[in-house]
Amino acid sequence: MELLGNLGSELWAVLGTIARAIPYLVGYVLLVLATLLIWTAIKRLLRPRHDYTSLKTVTFGDESAVSSSGVASVVSVVLIFVLWAAFTGSQLLPRMLHAPGPFTGTGSFTYTITTPSGETDDATVQVLVHPVGATATAPQVDLGDGIAKNDSTTIAAYRTQLLRVDENDEMGRAEDTFITAVNGQPIAAGIAVDVDFGRVAMSERGTLNIIPATGLQMEPIWLPAPETVWARMGEIATTGYRNSTLAEHLGYSLFRVIVGFVLGALVGIPLGYAMGLSNWFRGWFDPIVEFMRPVPPLALIPLVIIWAGIGETGKIILLFLAALWIMAIAARSGVSGVRISKVHAAYSLGASKWQIMRHVIVPNSLPEIFTGARVAMGVCWGTVVAAELVAAEKGVGMMIMVASQFQSTDIVLMGIILIGVIGFGIDMLIRWAERLLVPWKGKG
Amino acid sequence: MSGLQIDNLSMRFDLPNGASVQALQDVSLDLKAGELLSVLGPSGCGKTTLLNIVAGFLAPTDGQIVLNGKRVRGPGAERGMVFQQGALFEWMNVRQNVGFGPAMKGMAKAEKAQIVDHLLDVVGLHDFKDKAVYELSGGMQQRVALARCLANDPDVILMDEPLGALDALTREKMQGLVLKLWKETGKTIILITHSVEEALLLGERLLVMAPRPGRIHTEYRLPFAEMGVGQDLREVKKHPDFAARREEILSMIWDMEEEIMGRTESV
Repeated sequence: MELLGNLGSELWAVLGTIARAIPYLVGYVLLVLATLLIWTAIKRLLRPRHDYTSLKTVTFGDESAVSSSGVASVVSVVLIFVLWAAFTGSQLLPRMLHAPGPFTGTGSFTYTITTPSGETDDATVQVLVHPVGATATAPQVDLGDGIAKNDSTTIAAYRTQLLRVDENDEMGRAEDTFITAVNGQPIAAGIAVDVDFGRVAMSERGTLNIIPATGLQMEPIWLPAPETVWARMGEIATTGYRNSTLAEHLGYSLFRVIVGFVLGALVGIPLGYAMGLSNWFRGWFDPIVEFMRPVPPLALIPLVIIWAGIGETGKIILLFLAALWIMAIAARSGVSGVRISKVHAAYSLGASKWQIMRHVIVPNSLPEIFTGARVAMGVCWGTVVAAELVAAEKGVGMMIMVASQFQSTDIVLMGIILIGVIGFGIDMLIRWAERLLVPWKGKG
Repeated sequence: MSGLQIDNLSMRFDLPNGASVQALQDVSLDLKAGELLSVLGPSGCGKTTLLNIVAGFLAPTDGQIVLNGKRVRGPGAERGMVFQQGALFEWMNVRQNVGFGPAMKGMAKAEKAQIVDHLLDVVGLHDFKDKAVYELSGGMQQRVALARCLANDPDVILMDEPLGALDALTREKMQGLVLKLWKETGKTIILITHSVEEALLLGERLLVMAPRPGRIHTEYRLPFAEMGVGQDLREVKKHPDFAARREEILSMIWDMEEEIMGRTESV
């Protein structure tokens, strides 16, 4: 019951987080619809198309009338980069398109102290907010007269500062003299006052907390600008990261995937054929395959590390296991999917068992095997990255894991983008090979 | 001894639920070389089972098939088969499909090419020989299937509703082609069909089978196949005997269907 209660409160917290994202999601959908309207309007101005689909009057619900709009894809991808650039203050984008950035420069506010006898005095605080990484010295200020003395300080953008502005005053907390107002507005513990460069709040103990405005841009440590990521990629490609260049990291990952996949296919395809052609083999291997298939390869990582360590052998065993069951099942269903009339036809044309295998069963199962190969390569690529996250000397997964420990968000982002691009590339490559080698797919 | 003998063929098999089915009972038939036999009957009368036994894909529980004095014990190249559809190899082009039998025998390339070219001429697909089979229409695909079967030069051609999936117009054209091939090649042909007209047009001999258990009900010897060779088949259909035979066989099959219905209703 305690578990249920815990899960319930977790769920509540998650839903709360999601609920805060809803306005943004709605805004995004509205943006998609707005671009749709704009494009529809532009299209009306262009030369109208007269192909078959454009002459259909019923398109809503007609699946064949729906094809991916290339314009929408381009706009969607460009928008991602524009948003990324806008919210990181990227130099790739004109300044006017940037989201409001953090305040930088000099601001000031005045505070008022009240002595036990009811006397009040004002002093001014100069605040210099400088970009992260830059060094700055606090502006020289005249202490001024009266009980309260002027102050100055420097704060890095996105940071806040608790400042004892009353430390240099003639009367302070020891004399029961407290700050009672900022810029003329009354302030007390837990209350914040808006000033021209941000906010000034007061802590429980009566210290002023200076909070410069952060704007809407992301701090580079959370989300670096696109050009930073690009520059970092160039740097790692030439000088490397953790003793290996980018090509070495990617090469090791790809090497593991390809070797693991090829071994898995070399064992899995014959196994699948045997299971598709023989009762005994199917009975023998069905329990093993059906049990191993739903076990995520990631769950095997700890066992593989115990047995084979974190070297190449362990990784390749893991990827071999990831590909093996998928390829075996694909080959099995490829064999089972052969139409009996094709086999009968081949027999009555005088083919031997070996010829049936070579000329009917194998070509008939190739489309299924290619589908299996696409799935297996996807799983292997995901598994290798995960295995490298856990433990590796080299590899793209290891690269982003180490980078994340040092808060090098640019490397992490670059790694994620490269992982996506390569995964997509592998899929495209297999699809291309499929079109080339099995043009009869789905035509049977 | 030439020709195809079917001796006291019976086929009985058990169902998973313990019941058993008598698919064929005591079917006997003597087919001379070059005869054209069509087999007709309501569904469940065992005509496809009969064909599969002749082809060698099924072993009968009783009786035997003898072709040219040799007992049939499995599939073989001397008994070619044409299926309804989907039996072409879509990973091969038209030429490779037709040349499949000769290639399996290890025939020399030049000789094979000659046979393939000749047969593609005969079925009228010469311009399509390098096309993929899935690019062809249903009628063209069945022409390829016929040519593929003939390329192997079998003694008997078994046809399991080869025109069943074609539209009416294509079907009529193909019926003419089957008659032409029969006459030109002199092959023994067994053709299974659902269509009474087709059975009458494409059968020197016509077997009407009855269901439960599958058995031969009536056998006819018909003149229409001879008449139809090289002729417009529509002319044959206008023949007064043709209409009479059609009515006779249709009512026979209707009676069988009604008997089956009555039997299931009384159960």
